[in-house]
Amino acid sequence: MTDLDRRPAVLSAHRDRFLHLALGPVRLRLERRALRLSAVLLLTGAVVSLLALMLGDYRLSGQQVFAALAGRGDEITTVIVRDWRLPRALAALVFGAALAVSGAVFQSLTRNPLASPDIIGFSTGSYTGALLVLLVLGGGYLQVAAGAITGGIATALVIYVLAHRRGMQGFRLIIVGIAVSSMLGALNSYLLLVARREIALGAAIWGAGSLASVDTTMLRWGTLAIGLLLALVATVAPALRELELGDDVALAHGVVRRRVWAVAVVAGVALTAVVTAACGPIAFVSLVAPQIVRRLAGQGDAPLVPTALLGAVLLGAADLVGQHALPQPVPVGLVTVVVGGCYLLHLILRERRRRRP
Amino acid sequence: MSTATTAAPGRPHRGAPARPARRRGRRAVGLTAAALVVLLLLAVACSIAVGAREVAVLDVLRAELGVELVVDPDERYIVLSMRVPRSLTALAVGAALGVAGALVQALTRNPLADTGILGVDAGAAFSVTLGIALTGVVGISGYAWFAFAGALLTTVAVHLIGATGRSGPDPLRLVLAGLALGAVLSGITGMVTLADPDTFDAMRSWTVGTLENRGTAHLLPMLPYLGLGGLLALACAGSLNALALGDEVAIAHGVPVRAVRVAVIAAITLLAGSAVAICGPIGFVGLMVPHVIRWCVGPDQVRLLPLSALGGAVLLLAADVLGRVLVAPAEMPAGVVTAFVGAPVLIVLVRARRRLSGL
Repeated sequence: MTDLDRRPAVLSAHRDRFLHLALGPVRLRLERRALRLSAVLLLTGAVVSLLALMLGDYRLSGQQVFAALAGRGDEITTVIVRDWRLPRALAALVFGAALAVSGAVFQSLTRNPLASPDIIGFSTGSYTGALLVLLVLGGGYLQVAAGAITGGIATALVIYVLAHRRGMQGFRLIIVGIAVSSMLGALNSYLLLVARREIALGAAIWGAGSLASVDTTMLRWGTLAIGLLLALVATVAPALRELELGDDVALAHGVVRRRVWAVAVVAGVALTAVVTAACGPIAFVSLVAPQIVRRLAGQGDAPLVPTALLGAVLLGAADLVGQHALPQPVPVGLVTVVVGGCYLLHLILRERRRRRP
Repeated sequence: MSTATTAAPGRPHRGAPARPARRRGRRAVGLTAAALVVLLLLAVACSIAVGAREVAVLDVLRAELGVELVVDPDERYIVLSMRVPRSLTALAVGAALGVAGALVQALTRNPLADTGILGVDAGAAFSVTLGIALTGVVGISGYAWFAFAGALLTTVAVHLIGATGRSGPDPLRLVLAGLALGAVLSGITGMVTLADPDTFDAMRSWTVGTLENRGTAHLLPMLPYLGLGGLLALACAGSLNALALGDEVAIAHGVPVRAVRVAVIAAITLLAGSAVAICGPIGFVGLMVPHVIRWCVGPDQVRLLPLSALGGAVLLLAADVLGRVLVAPAEMPAGVVTAFVGAPVLIVLVRARRRLSGL
């Protein structure tokens, strides 16, 4: 009975999609929807950033902020806006975009909406790599970033090898990811325990995922790396979409599966790792952003530009909440964990309701 | 009928092996129990003998038993006031974790369940943190009630979110629900502790899951609850066997399904809550032990639960000793060791999922 109810809906959805694809103007309408979404997100991002520049112990008005940005403000405001608040606000936007795109890449690679780097544990691996560099070798941002990237890619490899058995299965990938990440989590907490106190304290705050320690060097290098990686992802995005339709379709269209896979995995892991190196593991942005965009854009796969923008907005807003909405400032990672975890619970509950006859 | 068809593909043999297992039974049970007891004695011996300082353990014990010997009072203190209580604590907590794991797996009909994976430990920790921050409660007997409340709420929530529903239990959904819930709760725990340095200090020694400096002062107040939880678990064992065949079958056999569920949740709350109140969250013991025991003696809960208690005690003692040996003279918390042993077991379990039958 339920099958009979559902089938026509599915069929008509297919026909709709087919029509969209066949006729030029209709397809344009679809894209216009993503465009509108992007515009709205851009505006929201601007508002969030403006708020981030205005709020704080020393509250500024919008005019003061604009004046300072244009270089016409007085000395104190200029220092506050340009040197103190601007790097953090920009970092929230750039890093949020990187996390979101990384999540979109992995969700598309594994064809599983839950397989984002924070759940499968690449970010924990990045954190382990960064911690090892920090505690054993000692080093600046670039060394730590290298450690984070190495740790993330190594973790990804290990998880992939362990989860691969006559093909990749979403269930196995996620459980293996959870297992590996809880092991690495235990290792991380042990490393923090044995480290010297001053290093451990810094690392622990960083481990919650905080934008407080971001400075201009980090921001500059991070932005450069993230820009390059986003460009790399953009080049393989069409091929990824074909892969999502199935290996056979992709093969028929001449997509070299292995190369696309390798590029996408490396770019996805690196995006997460760059962020982790700068501000620690920030969970759930990767999971949530592509899902919301998919829903808002009404498309099967998350278009990359709105996803990146939404990630930026999410992280910026989460940092605002963490800094100003709570009685005491907390690291942004804690805010995203709580909000994102609730969203994941909501997804699971909705899934369950839908499955009920 | 619909439940039977939906549940079948995941576990083709569910319920079926009960009878052959029973026939093969007695000897396997005897052997397993004997092996576990030997291992337990060995583990306790190691736990008392091994430590940062070389101590003439045998002399101390002999002196206690009435042999005329001169013992260094420091050594006597180390053995009698530190190592023996610590070993007993590890024994009790390990047993509680093993039984709680077996109960959670039976309750959710999910082979991948564990109080750590399902967020029950995080719930207990969260609740204790809130208690410390809001009411300024100190001491183990104060923590205990908060731990119970947190464990109870999380168990019920995870059970409701993931395990029920007419589509049948889905391991992945349950694990994800636990993951999400655990993440949210530990996130809020982090916010509270970072905002309040006193709470942070009180919680710090307690978030990793360790037996360091744990002894009778922690164990004795919790002993009644542990005992009660264990008794409840044993009382439910027979009914859980019937419940494993599905609610309809259990009802047909005259099992008060709802009452059994409530009792099992109460037992999990008492056992996991006490364990967390004593040591902090220690993961994976409850996941591994029931699997190993089930592999030895089959799915019969009447055998599984007591043997899981033994197995859990052995595992936690071994993990604690290992943690002391590996990085001597420092210590690696037992929770870290169990994660390193347990996570690979979880991976093996998902890789060989077809053999995960017979819960």
